[in-house]
Amino acid sequence: MSAKQEASKTEHKTKKFGKTERKIPHHTQKAKKFYPTEDEAKPRKVRKSIHAARPRKTLQPGSILILLAGRFRGKRVVLLKHLPQGVLLVTGPFKVNGVPLRRVNARYVIATSAKVELKGIDEKVVEKVGEEGYFTRDKAENKKGEDQFFRQGEMPKKKKMNSDRANDQKAVDKALLTTIKKEPHLMDYLGSTFSLRKGDRPHEMKW
Amino acid sequence: MAEIEIKASQWRLVEVGRVVLFTHGPFTGRLAAIVEIIDHKRALVDGPSKKENASVPRQSVSLNYLIITPIVIPKLPRQAGRGAVAKAWEKEEVEQQWDESAWAKRREQREKRRNLSDFDRFKVLKLKKQARFEVRKAHAKVRAAAKSS
Repeated sequence: MSAKQEASKTEHKTKKFGKTERKIPHHTQKAKKFYPTEDEAKPRKVRKSIHAARPRKTLQPGSILILLAGRFRGKRVVLLKHLPQGVLLVTGPFKVNGVPLRRVNARYVIATSAKVELKGIDEKVVEKVGEEGYFTRDKAENKKGEDQFFRQGEMPKKKKMNSDRANDQKAVDKALLTTIKKEPHLMDYLGSTFSLRKGDRPHEMKW
Repeated sequence: MAEIEIKASQWRLVEVGRVVLFTHGPFTGRLAAIVEIIDHKRALVDGPSKKENASVPRQSVSLNYLIITPIVIPKLPRQAGRGAVAKAWEKEEVEQQWDESAWAKRREQREKRRNLSDFDRFKVLKLKKQARFEVRKAHAKVRAAAKSS
């Protein structure tokens, strides 16, 4: 319905009553005869806004983190970059402890005071890995459909490694490994996993 | 009647001149000497250390807040003033005695370990392992030599 038609619909009409002419307002303009006894609930105005995630101060790129959740919990990894919405890009390095280039939630991480210099790392590759969709690109294809579910006899296809991902991993880790080797015990440290022992009080520990 | 030998007890006593260690309050971990015993629960103490963050102002403290150490300043007069206490403290080398004690060393080590970072803790673990391995190796050698002879 156009705006013009709309306007004509709500316009008042003139009607003759005997000798006099009166304006009769459109029924929508008239005062209501009945009012609802209860106020109608109006949805509240949303006053929140989306804030950019502000990472903790201890989460500097290059610092060593302890992962607390997920498949790699307990592993000590190197923080490479902050991604939007409080997500961190980390790497094992893969050769040291088997943790690949991976996104982790900053909440499920302990930052230690130990640091690795990120000098000499291929910035372009890190940039590429940090882009949206890098980790999710191949997921949709590999997802099991209904079809596959009913074909029970068949063995599921083995997951094929994307060689691009492996190459990116190597490119990032190469420079990192040389710097890690320079510091004594650091290689073993990254290779070891964190766990709490008897009498350990994580809230009182210094990291 | 048989002769009865009466010996003084070997306990550490709350006495004038006894050096005490604070375990509670703002002066935790600092040393002071008892200057006067006020009653069965309180004492007047004074810690005239010259080191930074080690001195204790003259005050009355509950004995619950203190541990008594084996160190005593002998013949400290009752209610000695600040200067006299400081002089006796210096003369007896109280702090030196304390620093050399196993107790103080253990305290210091514990404090140090508490402040280690995660990486430092890992290094301690690894170095301890290495030391243990060497000790065991040497021990095994000795044992083997003893068996063969």
